[in-house]
Amino acid sequence: MIESHLEQASTYAADIDNLIMFIGAVSFFWFFCAQGMFFYLIFRFRAKPGVKAEYITGDEKHLKRWVSIPHLLIIVCDVFIIIGAVMVWVNVKQDLPDPDRTVRVIGQQWAWTFVHPGADGVLDTEDDITTIDELHIEVGQVYHYQLQSEDVLHSFSVPVFRLKQDAVPGRRITGWFEAITTGQHDIQCAEMCGIGHGAMAAQIYIETPEQHAQWIRQRGEPLAAAD
Amino acid sequence: MAAHKQNFFMKYLWSTDHKIIAMQYLFTGMFMALVGGFLAYAFRMQLAFPGTDIPLFGVVSPGEYNALVTNHGTIMIFWVAMPVLVAALGNYLIPLMVGCDDMVFPRLNRLSYQVFLVSAIIILASFFVPGGAFGGAWTAYPPLSTTAEFSLTPFGSPLWVLAVALEFVAFLMGGINFITTAMNSRAPGMKMFDVPIVVWFIVLASILFMGSVGPLIAGAIMLLFDQLVGTGYFNPGVGGDPILYQHLFWFFGHPEVYVVLLPALGIVAEVITVFSRKKLFAYKIVLYTAIATGVLSFFVWAHHQFVAGIDPRMANVFTVTTVLISIPIAEMLFVYIATLYGGSIRLTTPMLWALAFLAEFLLGGVTGIFLGASGADVYFHDTYFVLAHFHYTFFPIAIISVFAAVTFWFPKMFGRLMNETLGKVHFWITVVCFNGIFLPLFLLGTWGQHRRIYNYEHFPELAGQDMQQLRVFATMCLVVMLCAQAIFLFNFFWSMFKGKKAGKNPWKANTLEWTVPSPPPHGNFAKLPVCYRGPYEYSHPDREEDYWPQDEPASETT
Repeated sequence: MIESHLEQASTYAADIDNLIMFIGAVSFFWFFCAQGMFFYLIFRFRAKPGVKAEYITGDEKHLKRWVSIPHLLIIVCDVFIIIGAVMVWVNVKQDLPDPDRTVRVIGQQWAWTFVHPGADGVLDTEDDITTIDELHIEVGQVYHYQLQSEDVLHSFSVPVFRLKQDAVPGRRITGWFEAITTGQHDIQCAEMCGIGHGAMAAQIYIETPEQHAQWIRQRGEPLAAAD
Repeated sequence: MAAHKQNFFMKYLWSTDHKIIAMQYLFTGMFMALVGGFLAYAFRMQLAFPGTDIPLFGVVSPGEYNALVTNHGTIMIFWVAMPVLVAALGNYLIPLMVGCDDMVFPRLNRLSYQVFLVSAIIILASFFVPGGAFGGAWTAYPPLSTTAEFSLTPFGSPLWVLAVALEFVAFLMGGINFITTAMNSRAPGMKMFDVPIVVWFIVLASILFMGSVGPLIAGAIMLLFDQLVGTGYFNPGVGGDPILYQHLFWFFGHPEVYVVLLPALGIVAEVITVFSRKKLFAYKIVLYTAIATGVLSFFVWAHHQFVAGIDPRMANVFTVTTVLISIPIAEMLFVYIATLYGGSIRLTTPMLWALAFLAEFLLGGVTGIFLGASGADVYFHDTYFVLAHFHYTFFPIAIISVFAAVTFWFPKMFGRLMNETLGKVHFWITVVCFNGIFLPLFLLGTWGQHRRIYNYEHFPELAGQDMQQLRVFATMCLVVMLCAQAIFLFNFFWSMFKGKKAGKNPWKANTLEWTVPSPPPHGNFAKLPVCYRGPYEYSHPDREEDYWPQDEPASETT
């Protein structure tokens, strides 16, 4: 359903999609059961001349079953949904694997600034590469992002990763992703941030190790020449 | 409360009569619904045909777009759903249904409406100040909402906060009246479990409102101080915390959903029992599930903030509470559906609306589970999936159930029946178009379309033709739906003067409001009624008649 339009480009994208499909299967099963029963009753008990409605208080055991059994089954379904949701959540947001690289993502009205580690692979050194509205990463590497905001709330949203995290001024929020396919995709700002919110777009470039090394060389050159 | 002559001003504008105040709320709410609908028209047209000159509006700038979506949400919730569902129906129905002559505090009631009217004027006025109306989303998260340099609406932001805060004050006063009246002024013999569900639910809604609104009023005042005098409650630069506001907002914001949901469910209970000629299936279960929902609703607020920067461990707790709230709500919907079993169902216009409420709200309910489950919300948060989900809850609540209520109680309010044919035409166009608007939006959200974007041209993955066609389709459905409301307005005002006379009890219903003339006179009951039984004694086997009014003594049994 989602992957028909958006690739699964991170390690956890498939987990999230599967969770959504699972919740969809469970909840739409109940949805169609309830709607089916609902429309059946409307047609079955349409007013007919001379037929009086039944007097039912709702205390009758054989009728109450029709409510109480689905009710218990829904509790069981809920337990599975909660387990699935928490497992995915812990993996995506709570337990951060050790990073191979770290990037800094800074939201401000109305652009994204990305600080990449340079050739040394370490952030906050002289060869850091700073870009506006384009994030370059290498496929198959575990990245930590350090998310900051300069002014108002923003939200770092990468739909192909199924990732979203708000940026809050005054905080540095750390999360992770690991890309599994290469390509160029949208980065959105998913939190209302003022009149330019609709134009606060960026692109993520997921590159092979060779492409990424080359990009770093190219971006590093003007800097090296200046030294 | 003897009848006495009053001039027009005292009778209709300065009245303490609960019915007149209810009408004031109803008509103000209907007017604000037209405003909110027009705002939706303007921004949906922008989404379907970006950058074009929109008839009746003009070209929508990004700033205007933000103001349109922000105020559409704010107005529809605070100036349509609240005044109509809680205030208008609470005021009209509670004294009539519990069998008393007026609210316990009539002057407080009048003050409540007056404060509400001021708040409505302020929110409308905010469109015409320099910089325009506030555009920081109906949630008004700081620092965007607190800092004029960020929002670019130096006057719009404080006016928005002021209007919302005044609106809360109005509903606090209304709520005090609803609770005290229902608790203290019931007709002799009306025990707790003889109170009509709609009255119970409006009272529960008022309690929920009072329990949750305190933190938000505090939050609103802090916001106002941050805006106007430069305090830093929510400003991280001086030690404040923007996330604090989100907690205060959603601690109110989520119970608020149930504040408007409960009266809507109450209306549906009244309408489906009357038109299926059935006793409500398991009255006590309905009541207890509502109370359980109300209590649980205080413990789910942070599901709006899963990705907001809260401690990730907290999300697990709120996932559990949020998914659990599906249990009482599902139970209640099952009980409503079970009420239809064995009935003698008449598909009148109010019944169609009530049944549509159940059918549509079910979809709103199940799609909520995706969002309550933290692992799935990481993706769905702030997409059109969320938007479609809550419109599948709020549209049934604020529009469908209100139409059920208005068409059902119209004969009581104005003494005349509405036209059934026009009512059904209006019903089908509205409901079909509603689905036409929001089903495509589920799909757009699933494909990653995020909210509050005036033009998707900057996002290659969202700018494709297939997605644009869905946007155009949704907008077309909206335009047709809005036009169809003219049918309702015509029917409403035409029937008010030219409709067939209704008599006291056109639907053969049991509750006490149907025992007085239509419209009820000042003071309601010529002689205050005595209550002998519960409100849903339809098709009782001992009686020839298929209804049994609450005030009919048992000895008159045929």
